[in-house]
Amino acid sequence: MPQLKLEKLNIGPLKKVRLEIQPGEIICLSGSSGSGKSRLLRAIADIEPHSGDISLDDIDQKEMPGHQWRRQVMLVPAQSAWWYETVGEHFNQPMEKALKTLGFPEEATEWQVSRLSSGEKQRLALIRALSYAPQALLLDEPTANLDPDTTSKVEAWLMDEISKHQYPVIWVAHNREQIQRVATRHFEIKGSRLIEREISQ
Amino acid sequence: MSVIDLSWWQLSLAAALVVALAICTHIARLQLGKSLIIAAVRTAIQLTLVGLILEALFAVGTLLWVSLLGLAMLLFAGQQVVSRQKYRLRGGWSFAIGTVSMLVSAFSVTILSLVVLIGPQPWYQPQYSIPLLGMLLGNTMTGVALGLDRLTESLRRSRDIIDNRLMLGETWRQASIEFRRDAMRAGLMPTINSMAAAGIVFLPGMMTGQILAGTSPTIAVKYQILIMFTIAAGTGFGTFVAVALCTRRMFDERERLCVDRLI
Repeated sequence: MPQLKLEKLNIGPLKKVRLEIQPGEIICLSGSSGSGKSRLLRAIADIEPHSGDISLDDIDQKEMPGHQWRRQVMLVPAQSAWWYETVGEHFNQPMEKALKTLGFPEEATEWQVSRLSSGEKQRLALIRALSYAPQALLLDEPTANLDPDTTSKVEAWLMDEISKHQYPVIWVAHNREQIQRVATRHFEIKGSRLIEREISQ
Repeated sequence: MSVIDLSWWQLSLAAALVVALAICTHIARLQLGKSLIIAAVRTAIQLTLVGLILEALFAVGTLLWVSLLGLAMLLFAGQQVVSRQKYRLRGGWSFAIGTVSMLVSAFSVTILSLVVLIGPQPWYQPQYSIPLLGMLLGNTMTGVALGLDRLTESLRRSRDIIDNRLMLGETWRQASIEFRRDAMRAGLMPTINSMAAAGIVFLPGMMTGQILAGTSPTIAVKYQILIMFTIAAGTGFGTFVAVALCTRRMFDERERLCVDRLI
């Protein structure tokens, strides 16, 4: 079971970040806009230059090529991009079950990408990320464009998948209720540091 | 058959046509007149100078002077490639990539066709080598410039897509394939089009020149076919090398897209 470990990580305003995420653990991350949440996730996915040590399952990020690391430590950005004609071409393997759970009909894989709404894109981006069978997940506001009903569907599905595959997860969230529902631990970015917060009931 | 020499007043008549065009565009407020006149003056000066240089070169005809002129043409072409880019790589990389790719394609194809195909004595005889190199370099330059311009522009514009593809674990080659393909197409399209239309839509410049100079059309056509093929090969390989090098330069050692390497 993989463990995601950050050590003395410097990225943007954040300095010397230390964090250990156990398998199946969901770390919720909050902070005002511009505090560096997305940049932190991009650094962990090694899509942005940074200093410090990041390791998965005790294997250092620098020991493998960038693409191999990113295939394992999967970042799902707040705004997803789509480049092929249809939805299905973006998936690495058929995802019928996930599509059904999140309320898509079977023929959704044939849908034209240009006609997707922002909420559909957001859910499909999560399904696309999981179709690559990652080892860890970095979710940047995964329910930002969704209505309350869909949000709880997506939350339930994600938590199900996370506990089934034992992903270590960083989940950027703003909504206090959502943090209460999903978080194992909650950190807030204050200036250059991560501060642990109580998950009040 | 002997060639009819043109006198200067005949040339100035042709120049009057360009001036007339400039005046017309000026009256119609199309704002082309100035750049048209500047380009025409440049043509006259540059070609006159080249004519003088070639006369001198033909008289000397040593390998040293031929290669010096070739080098000067190459560096100028490299500078032209850079000046045609909307976004350039920082630190002289655009110049380096453009020059290297033209060196490996245009120069080697020129030498190959001189030594193996045409075979003048000696092989670098300026009457053959310089015009051949000039034509290859000119076309390769256009291909490289178009290819690089398309590549850097689309990589910059499609940054989100490439980042997202990298996030899914694609290699830099996979994430850039569509953009490299587009850039290759942009660089090669003019050459492919002109090969497809040659002889039907237009008579290629070199062939026309040879025929005007009294060569029989059959020989002129053979030379033209040779030139077309070598141009296609030179442009193709040049653009290929330039696009490959430039794409590599746009990604760092961790396979991240580095848009800040462009200015």
